[in-house]
Amino acid sequence: MSILRLPRFIYDEIRAHGEETYPQECCGALLGHPAAEGWRIVASVRSGNTRTDSAHNRYQIAPVELVHIQRTARRQGAEIAGFYHSHPDHPPQWSPTDFAEAHWLGCSYVITEVAQGKAGRTNSFLLAGTTEEDKHFEDEAIVMDDERIGAPSA
Amino acid sequence: MNILISTPLRPFAGGQHVLQVEAGTVGEAIRALTGAHPELRKHLFTPEGKLRAFVNLYLNEDDVRYLPDRENTRVSAADSLSIIPSIAGGTGHPGGRALIILQPAGEAEIWN
Ligand SMILES: [Zn+2]
Repeated sequence: MSILRLPRFIYDEIRAHGEETYPQECCGALLGHPAAEGWRIVASVRSGNTRTDSAHNRYQIAPVELVHIQRTARRQGAEIAGFYHSHPDHPPQWSPTDFAEAHWLGCSYVITEVAQGKAGRTNSFLLAGTTEEDKHFEDEAIVMDDERIGAPSA
Repeated sequence: MNILISTPLRPFAGGQHVLQVEAGTVGEAIRALTGAHPELRKHLFTPEGKLRAFVNLYLNEDDVRYLPDRENTRVSAADSLSIIPSIAGGTGHPGGRALIILQPAGEAEIWN
């Protein structure tokens, strides 16, 4: 199982973002460096949810915003390592929609549950595979400040 | 010009973040890129040769799909082209509403 290393302030920030946008989904990007066992995250970037028509159950980051985030990452000597979004009043498991629209192979997809406005569980899934045809999500452990906070199946 | 390669495509571009190509148009730049890194082709194009729906091409700040000349848009050495897969999803739970299937751009009718 791969490991997503997440500093506590970023973990807290993702969850706070989810609470702020509740009952709508929040989303953002994670910047980091590759390591043997998985991504080492150094920063998160909040993004607007462009799905204003259906923000309670959908999220989308505008591509031009991704262009800017990628530029920011490169300036910091990092790269886009993954993304996060919230599941308002739904468990922190990837949905068929999440899977169908996941295209960043090798990147981490963090999902944080927000139940009745309060941050719940936070999970990470690695989009594994080498093509659209064989892609799949794998459960990933989150390790925060070297303290393991569990994996989706745990 | 510079072509900025996003994380998921980097393994198919020799592990590089930025590639330099000589090109007069966006289309020439992409052909130069896939010529040098043929593995990228199947990630960018459908078997029919259309740009995949979830692949976004940005010339500086502009979506190439919406430029008047699309892939024939002229480029200069100072331009940068970003190749960025889309990011979207959601619980998809309709919550009493009809489930909306996202289809942002469709497969653009470019690159034959
Ligand atoms: Zn989701």
